Amino acid sequence: MLYAVLCYNDENAVGAWTKEEDDACMAQLAIVQDKVAAKNRLGPVARLLPTTSATTLRKGREEPLVIDGPFAETKEQLLGFYMVDCDTLDEALDFARDLAKANPGGGSYEIRPVRTYRPSRIKAAGS
Amino acid sequence: MTDIRWIDAALSAARPQAVAALLRYFRDLDTAEEAFQEACLRALNNWPKNGPPRDPTAWLIFVGRNSGIDQVRRLSRQTELPDEEKLSDLDDHEADIVERLDNADYRDDVLRLLFICCHPELPATQQIALALRIVSGLSVKQIARAFLVGESAMEQRITRAKARIAKADVPFEAPGAPERAERVSMVAAMIYLVFNEGYSASGETTGMRAPLCEESIRLARLLLRLFPADPEIMGLTALLLLQHARTAARFDQQGQIVLLEDQDRSLWNRSTIAEGLAMIDKAVRHRHPGPYQIQAAVAALHARAATAEDTDWAEIEQLYAALEKMRPSPVVTLNRAVAVSKLHGPGAALAMIEPLAEKLDGYFYFHGVRGALLMQGGYGREACEAFGKAISLANTPAEAAHIRLQLDRLQKDGGAQKPAKAAS
Repeated sequence: MLYAVLCYNDENAVGAWTKEEDDACMAQLAIVQDKVAAKNRLGPVARLLPTTSATTLRKGREEPLVIDGPFAETKEQLLGFYMVDCDTLDEALDFARDLAKANPGGGSYEIRPVRTYRPSRIKAAGS
Repeated sequence: MTDIRWIDAALSAARPQAVAALLRYFRDLDTAEEAFQEACLRALNNWPKNGPPRDPTAWLIFVGRNSGIDQVRRLSRQTELPDEEKLSDLDDHEADIVERLDNADYRDDVLRLLFICCHPELPATQQIALALRIVSGLSVKQIARAFLVGESAMEQRITRAKARIAKADVPFEAPGAPERAERVSMVAAMIYLVFNEGYSASGETTGMRAPLCEESIRLARLLLRLFPADPEIMGLTALLLLQHARTAARFDQQGQIVLLEDQDRSLWNRSTIAEGLAMIDKAVRHRHPGPYQIQAAVAALHARAATAEDTDWAEIEQLYAALEKMRPSPVVTLNRAVAVSKLHGPGAALAMIEPLAEKLDGYFYFHGVRGALLMQGGYGREACEAFGKAISLANTPAEAAHIRLQLDRLQKDGGAQKPAKAAS
């Protein structure tokens, strides 16, 4: 079974760390990651840029609405995510628009640039 | 989870909102600051024992408000309020206060706190010191260090600034839309001042002043969270991030200035650049350009160039031309001239900057650029004169040393050998 582990914290507090504190935390996390990666069982790892860099595509009746800032509703739940390599934000928004069209339901897509990315180490994914 | 570092980070993250809310409540800066201080002390005592609250900011506002009231009552010899240890269910109070802290209030509270720091009567240095003390919560000692002055001098400077504000009658009602927009742009300018104070540091003082750049980026993010759809605030944030990303490459080990085109680009901070580029991308979507966005776009072109030779000078020249139209200033024209020199050679650029000579006569960068252009054009004697003038106007020893290096090279080579470089 593949599991997604989603990380939540107060970004203001994390943003208040000094570079040394941030580096130290990342180094400790890397040790944990390496242990699982050594067994070829670690999928992609990503650290996102702050929510100030986020844009949200909200599906409406007509054209979806582009809103600056992160997804802020509490009535909807996180159901999945994509990682996509785009040259511009507009390209990423177009991808999200296509997803919105293909999916008859409502909902939103938060588009957030990735700060650091460690590609998957899984050779054959278990299911 | 509750270790001291976590608490420290949580307190400093909560500070702007908490102090801002307490300021609205007490309508007095000193009382608000003391109340927040008291709440922090209680947090340090309480959180390790009882675990961190679900919403640290609401906890601090609540406890700060009580301790502030407590203080006022003690002064008037009345009974004290029970402290938060005796309150059986702080959670309910917390939820209650969070509900009342609706977004509009929160936004205007924090904006007010930022805004009082940029009162027009306060000189720039006092604005910066005040913002760092009140909003960022740096200690007087830290600020004094960043400004390279003694602690008591800085203490005095901050006290004077506060006294001026106390007399200034800051309005506490919610501002109207035009007034809010004006406040936002004044605050943006103040944040840029904080950044430049850190960025203009050189050589041996870079390390001491770097926190100013980091603080200004935090303040810009704070402002952007309040006004997430304002493309100029995105532009400002992008500009600060993209410039700050180059910090490690701007000086060599001897503290000498390394010009943009000579910088080791592998030292540029890639994740800061990524954030800056993402931010400018967001801003551009609004199709409502402004001065910060244009300057950020220039910085983005430098950041995107893999080598100095890959720099898109034609686009940079156009961006400066657009900025010149929007905000005519001889300094912008000077920057544009540097781009022109890369495209059409030193002659065209010299013709552009000659009319600026009178206005920019006291400006170090003008004489530095002019000297470099003259040197490239083969006017050795005139270049020497311009460099001499630049040295006499240098703001930092590193600036003077950098020009002296050019001058030495010029005198050794007896004229234009290797074309000198202009933009920093």
